[in-house]
Amino acid sequence: MKPILETKKLSHIYSAGTPFEHGALLDVDFTAYRGEYLGIIGHTGSGKSTLTQHLNGLLKPTSGQVLFEGKDIWESKERTRQTRFQVGLVFQYPEYQLFEETIYKDIAFGPRNMKLDEAEVDRRVRQAAAFVGLPDHLLEKSPFELSGGQKRRVAIAGVIAMEPSVLILDEPTAGLDPVGAASILQNIHNYHTAKNATIILVSHSMEEVARTVDRLVVVNDARIPLQGTPREVFAHGSELEAMGLGIPQVTRVFHRLKALGVDIDPSVYTIDQAKAAIMAALKAHGRPGQDSGPSVGKGKGAV
Amino acid sequence: MAQSMIQTQDLRFSYTALNGLAPVVLDGVDLEIQEGTFVAVLGHNGSGKSTLAKHLNAVLLPTGGKVWVDGMDTVDEEKLLDIRRTVGMVFQNPDNQIVANVVEEDVAFAPENLGIPSEEIRNRVDEALAMVGMSEYATHAPHLLSGGQKQRVAIAGVIAMRPRCLVMDEPTAMLDPVGRAEVLSTIHKLNKEHGITVVLITHHMDEAAQADRLVVMSRGKVIADGLPREVFCQVEKLKSVGLSVPETVELCWQLNQEGLDLPLDALSDEECADALRALFD
Amino acid sequence: MALKDITLGQYFPGDTIIHRMDPRAKLLLTVLYIVALFMAKGLLAYGVLFAVLALWVAVSRVSPKAILRGMKPILFILVFTGILNIFYTPGRELWHWGFLTVTVEGLWSAFFMVVRILMLIASTFLLTYTTSPIMLTDGLENLMGPLKKLHVPVHELAMMMSIALRFIPTLIEETDKIMSAQKARGADFETGNLLQKAKAMVPLLVPLFISAFRRADELAIAMECRCYHGGVGRTRLRQLKYQSFDFAALFLALALCVGIFFLSRPGL
Repeated sequence: MKPILETKKLSHIYSAGTPFEHGALLDVDFTAYRGEYLGIIGHTGSGKSTLTQHLNGLLKPTSGQVLFEGKDIWESKERTRQTRFQVGLVFQYPEYQLFEETIYKDIAFGPRNMKLDEAEVDRRVRQAAAFVGLPDHLLEKSPFELSGGQKRRVAIAGVIAMEPSVLILDEPTAGLDPVGAASILQNIHNYHTAKNATIILVSHSMEEVARTVDRLVVVNDARIPLQGTPREVFAHGSELEAMGLGIPQVTRVFHRLKALGVDIDPSVYTIDQAKAAIMAALKAHGRPGQDSGPSVGKGKGAV
Repeated sequence: MAQSMIQTQDLRFSYTALNGLAPVVLDGVDLEIQEGTFVAVLGHNGSGKSTLAKHLNAVLLPTGGKVWVDGMDTVDEEKLLDIRRTVGMVFQNPDNQIVANVVEEDVAFAPENLGIPSEEIRNRVDEALAMVGMSEYATHAPHLLSGGQKQRVAIAGVIAMRPRCLVMDEPTAMLDPVGRAEVLSTIHKLNKEHGITVVLITHHMDEAAQADRLVVMSRGKVIADGLPREVFCQVEKLKSVGLSVPETVELCWQLNQEGLDLPLDALSDEECADALRALFD
Repeated sequence: MALKDITLGQYFPGDTIIHRMDPRAKLLLTVLYIVALFMAKGLLAYGVLFAVLALWVAVSRVSPKAILRGMKPILFILVFTGILNIFYTPGRELWHWGFLTVTVEGLWSAFFMVVRILMLIASTFLLTYTTSPIMLTDGLENLMGPLKKLHVPVHELAMMMSIALRFIPTLIEETDKIMSAQKARGADFETGNLLQKAKAMVPLLVPLFISAFRRADELAIAMECRCYHGGVGRTRLRQLKYQSFDFAALFLALALCVGIFFLSRPGL
């Protein structure tokens, strides 16, 4: 896979030269590949927000480089500006940044800043609204009439409308109930597949990232101590817990099951994997008849 | 009749809308909460759970039915201050509950409003901060604290009224896992060690699983009420109203769909692992 | 850019005798000092006032650097006042170019004016640097107490002020956040002419106001839930009490005023 976004020895020091000086990022080498679905996890203050804000040029490195498609994003003013359009960033609780009179105009804010012609702006606004499941007839309404969950969709559409090749979302499901959260994640997944866009999901919900991402990057204490597939990362259960992160509940149950003497692979991290592992182990254990039920559950297949 | 801490009878509430449409938010809620219990109220967004919470200390008044707090009818304006000092309320966003820019000054706010003498306020502030484990931050500025710490300050600010009941409207929704754990253990401690009745509004299954009693709301009605392990057994019902169940229950339920026979009340990691272990005997 | 770095009227906690003084005494002290400053004429009077200020700084252990740093935002006003005074004071001509005339009196008057503003600002900084905002509001509320009889809503004003102080850091943080979010959508707050810049503020100000109203709403409910019902019958955690040092300091400040008055009489 080809890298699309990289940082080289990236450091960021806040309040340099004052008693409050602290390094939010120290010599971080980070890579996101074209078209991948990446998760960044870390507790508040770990440096993950500082990292994401460097990825689209909102923060300038104290030292080190940020490369988009191989070129330094701080090369020129124009390049920094273009990077902001190419690397879309959706902040936490983005519904609080809506400001326009109509939903249409709010979604169009980004594309208009890109100086696109009106026909193209229109196409993008409608397509972005469709991605997040906002019906056409809502577009002329005020965003402030919507429910909290729908406002968030408008805000996400506002970034999607810039058609970024990398879409970063900071806690997109914070404060939503399970149905609302699942539906937003589905919208993001649709954008991912339709545009072959790189998605970076920043979260502290282990269950959520476990279900959605291909690869995980763990940020802790201004560095990246762990990265890899969810399976590889969740194998470091005790280290993650020491970082205040924890692992999905099924993974914990399986670690315990293994400790109780059952011969089973404890590296599962979704319900579907857990179910498959139990069924396989039962078969191996020789309990015929148990696998005679419906063979495939309704859930999504394990990634 | 033994008096309950909180009782609602056919509680109804709808907002008065200008266009004549009045959306019904609470549609006949009967609830009785005994002193000293830890009750979780679970529901999806818009289920009416927050509106219910706001009725429990007269922030909102019913448009139909009754609410009693320790025997006091919440529409009785004479009793307003008594009701509010009996049932303390903690909200979702700690930033919007903290009034003062020094922690101890904020905790003192409610006792000051109640006209308590200065020396007694000092005692209450120290006691409340100790109860939430924030004593060492007494003279700090709230905006420099973490989310979990801020929410504990907000709790202390309510505890300083010495309420007998705490109603918490999604107090952990804006916090990260560390902050959530801090706040939850504080709430459980207040309930276990100080006997304060707790009504915890949440949409986190794991928070609900730790309560003594679980009330599930959907479309303004109570649709399930009982011990968490009893309620979570009703997997299909919860799913039908847009809620999920803890991963342990979900796993056992899905395995049962495959023809196994696992107990659905295995809530904790240990219980679930034990139940799965038994399959291999 | 970095809104968080603004240190307007910040409080630096400390435990000096100045920090421990009654806020009312400190307020009165500052007022008396400013009165003395406006009466002062001549090098000697200014010298005495400067010495008092230096002593005040030393006792309160506020770093002079912090005071100087706080002066930065008013640098422009200082230079402007200075220049106006240099050129527009009639008197003995020293230098002349076109319509610009520099006079001896002008130089003196510019010097005194700039020094006076500097000392005035420094004295108010000393007040805010050594007094927590909440104590300051308490002190103000207490000193203004008599105005309640004239139906001035003193308690409400003080409550508003302390809530404003509480929310300034929160709103600054929020402004930073919204600004970043809009920049991520290509908003440009830096370039363009004045009109374009004003227009660029809309995406920042609308969400900020909406958020401020939402916060105000939630705060009002939270305050009511904590039994807030106005100033009637309210007690305080901290009761203000004058100590002997407060009286001594106020006495000295009065003496200073009288002294400066006599020092600055015409003819001296």
